[in-house]
Amino acid sequence: MNDDIRALTAQLAADPASLVFLPLGEALRRRGQLDAAQKVALAGLGRYPHLPDAHDLFAKILVDRKDFERAFDEWDMALRLDPQHAGALKGQGFLYYKAGDLPHALEFLEAALAESPDDPSLVAAVARVRAESGQGEAVPAEPGAPAAGPAPDADAATVRTSVFAGLEGAENGLLLVDTAGLRLGGGLLDPSGVDVADVVAAHLAGVSREAQRTVRLLGLGTWEAVIVEAPGGNAAAVPANSESLLLLMRDGSVPMGRLHLLADRAAKAARQWLEGIA
Amino acid sequence: MTAWADALELITRVPGIRGAMVVSAADGVVVAESLMDELKGNAVAALAASLTGRIGRATDGAGRGAPRFLQLQATGGTLLVAPHGPDLLIVAVAERTVNAGLARLEMFRAAERVA
Repeated sequence: MNDDIRALTAQLAADPASLVFLPLGEALRRRGQLDAAQKVALAGLGRYPHLPDAHDLFAKILVDRKDFERAFDEWDMALRLDPQHAGALKGQGFLYYKAGDLPHALEFLEAALAESPDDPSLVAAVARVRAESGQGEAVPAEPGAPAAGPAPDADAATVRTSVFAGLEGAENGLLLVDTAGLRLGGGLLDPSGVDVADVVAAHLAGVSREAQRTVRLLGLGTWEAVIVEAPGGNAAAVPANSESLLLLMRDGSVPMGRLHLLADRAAKAARQWLEGIA
Repeated sequence: MTAWADALELITRVPGIRGAMVVSAADGVVVAESLMDELKGNAVAALAASLTGRIGRATDGAGRGAPRFLQLQATGGTLLVAPHGPDLLIVAVAERTVNAGLARLEMFRAAERVA
């Protein structure tokens, strides 16, 4: 075992929840230790099922194992989580190329190149696919050509905020999350305006289950809410139904006692919306 | 250990508090406890640490920082958690009718006494 793998392995052993599994898995994969790499990747995916980089790592291992179908699924998942993930775009492009689908290969590779313009392997890959497609030298994209990779889905944003239509915080401060940590509706920005909705949704996966396990162990019945006070704001998490959780987040000016009431109101709206789409 | 025992006793004096303990945030191990015998302290400690960690990653991910206080409300009671630095949690189990605001203050005071 060389020094970097040894060091990364020690780091992961010291903190199994850290993200060091990503460089460790990649290092093992590059050395051809696919069994070990896959073990590390799967353990990391178990902890971080909504981390695009984890799916990307696993996909690359699957490609090395010649399991292209599963690799496609993993990169597809990575792109669902992050439509601009360069590694996943590159991987899908490679798979399409391998399957002989040059138009799709070029679409994904060009999208990857747009995200990583300094990647020489991508520059070469795009040029090669263009040449094989009969496009010769690099051809500028035609105006109005559909964007490579998954197109931005403006309708999805509208649907997400319509869950809480009419409620304060519909676009920022209310999140409806399923048990897998995927956002069903709402939005959340951090104090600097960065969209953190999907990241926070991923962290909320399993909260309902753990809350219910805790109260059941204590003989406290059924959980109703988790109220949280944090330096940058307060939050309340309530079950919307058995398969979803609602998070309401407000700045510190909103008393914690009021959060539960506001969250319950939003949860009611969420239940109605969920019943409507069921 | 005595300092924590004294601090926990202050918390358990709050009407409605059934038990209190200090828990290691990293691994959910009980550091000190008061009246937790009937409340499956070890298991609750582990779950409280796990839940607080999970919620903390969410609030941190939202740019709001690590939790200062957490209350898990249930139909039959409530669990209160006050992180004390990055390593410890002060945990209390209470009746549903507990004055959570008072319990929260006593938990903060308990932490100050031991700091």
